[in-house]
Amino acid sequence: MLFWGKWLAEWLEGLGKLTLLSKDTFASLFSFKVTWRDLLYQVYFAGVKSQSVVLITGAFTGMVLGAQTYFQFHKVKMDTATLAVVSVSMCSELGPVLTGLMVAGRVGAAFAAELGTMRVTEQIDALRTLATHPVDYLVVPRLLALHAALPLLTAESIVVGIGAGYLVGVYLLGIDPTYLWYNMLRYTSTSDVAVGLFKAVVFGGIVALIACYKGMSCGPGAEGVGKATTEAVVYSSITILIVNFFLTLTLGKATHTL
Amino acid sequence: MIEVCSLQKRFGAHRILADVNFSIEKGESVVIIGRSGGGKSVLLKHLIALLKPDAGKVLIDGENIVPMNERQLLRVRRKFGMLFQGAALFDSMTVAENIAFAFRRARLLPEEEIVRKVAHVLELVDLPGIGDKNPSELSGGMRKRVGLARAIVYEPQIVLYDEPTTGLDPIASDSIDRLILRVRDRFNVTSVVVTHDMRSARRLGQRILMLHEKRIYATGTPDDIFSSRDPVVKQFVEGTSEEAEVKGI
Repeated sequence: MLFWGKWLAEWLEGLGKLTLLSKDTFASLFSFKVTWRDLLYQVYFAGVKSQSVVLITGAFTGMVLGAQTYFQFHKVKMDTATLAVVSVSMCSELGPVLTGLMVAGRVGAAFAAELGTMRVTEQIDALRTLATHPVDYLVVPRLLALHAALPLLTAESIVVGIGAGYLVGVYLLGIDPTYLWYNMLRYTSTSDVAVGLFKAVVFGGIVALIACYKGMSCGPGAEGVGKATTEAVVYSSITILIVNFFLTLTLGKATHTL
Repeated sequence: MIEVCSLQKRFGAHRILADVNFSIEKGESVVIIGRSGGGKSVLLKHLIALLKPDAGKVLIDGENIVPMNERQLLRVRRKFGMLFQGAALFDSMTVAENIAFAFRRARLLPEEEIVRKVAHVLELVDLPGIGDKNPSELSGGMRKRVGLARAIVYEPQIVLYDEPTTGLDPIASDSIDRLILRVRDRFNVTSVVVTHDMRSARRLGQRILMLHEKRIYATGTPDDIFSSRDPVVKQFVEGTSEEAEVKGI
């Protein structure tokens, strides 16, 4: 009982501190302290350098989903609907969620480790003595970069996933390409794409804020940095999955697809 | 002027500072001495509000900085420069970028002026021409000099030094001491040095404060402290341990 009480108190304290960091970050956005150089570097690091991992994830997810859907649909003679399922799933769910999880693992871990090391080596304190707010310099560029990069990475993942599903369907499973493509276009709506990209923007914010918070509040020494990095990845991944459920419900209702 | 009134600080159940009181006049050079782990660095960090006390006040030129938030503190911190124990150089930047950091953030000076100031301050710390090096390429003494250059390039009114000679050989320590004196005399700054290096303390301090048992235990000129008959002060100055402490190691 004591353990759970302590755990709950620490969890609530962490949530409160994360909320305060979000508030500070939001206020800082309007102080325009971000330099283009810092922002572009973060977009390059978080976006450009994440492409390979995101594209491989998207491609193999599209291929597996295509094959698995075909195996089920073939029983009821709906082979040509395979790519429509791949497309809708990739656009509204798998594209943003898997991209978010991969970015949480690659970029979130890097953010937490970098900021954690800066904290334990007193570099964040040094920033403060140089009259620089750590949120302005460290958090805001990373947040903006992930807000921008994650939808673009998600879009890439969706395109590659659908393309890979198409190739598997046509060249490995022998589905008629014309009907496959036609049905995909027929059942995929603009709102599916919009929902996916909107989710990606939200997930970018989740990864950036949690990773920066964990890094900036990490414990002492190498152990502290390691723990902060692990927690950043775990908490952002879990938060993405939970938030995705609620976004699916609310956005689904909003776009009248439920 | 710096005034510290009834300062108290705890980390969890562990009390670090209890009712610390002192003041430092403008242009004065003060050294804070005390045992390792006795709270000297914690006290120094309170002077620039890197840490917040549980109770008490820290007045900088009459202004209490304890209730200020991080954004309000940015203005007050422009009066300060700080040399950290491990120099705390930004390892993703070159030496020149480290020193020019706040100038470039403030965007108030033209680039040529920033480059000129960086070169000038590197000469002042006897490290001309190393602007393009990375911090990882520097020795411990050089890192501290660059840290000092970064702290003084903005010509602050107050410079704080956290264990400036710790981890350095005696010759490097001597050169850092000389630099601190040079900075004090050249810029007429208020200096607060935290150290347990008694040779540095004697050399750098116009006044020495001894932190012991979570309070300012003794204060005086270096001559007062070094000739003190108080057993605690005498033991620290002479660096003699007791048998119980040897067993406790």
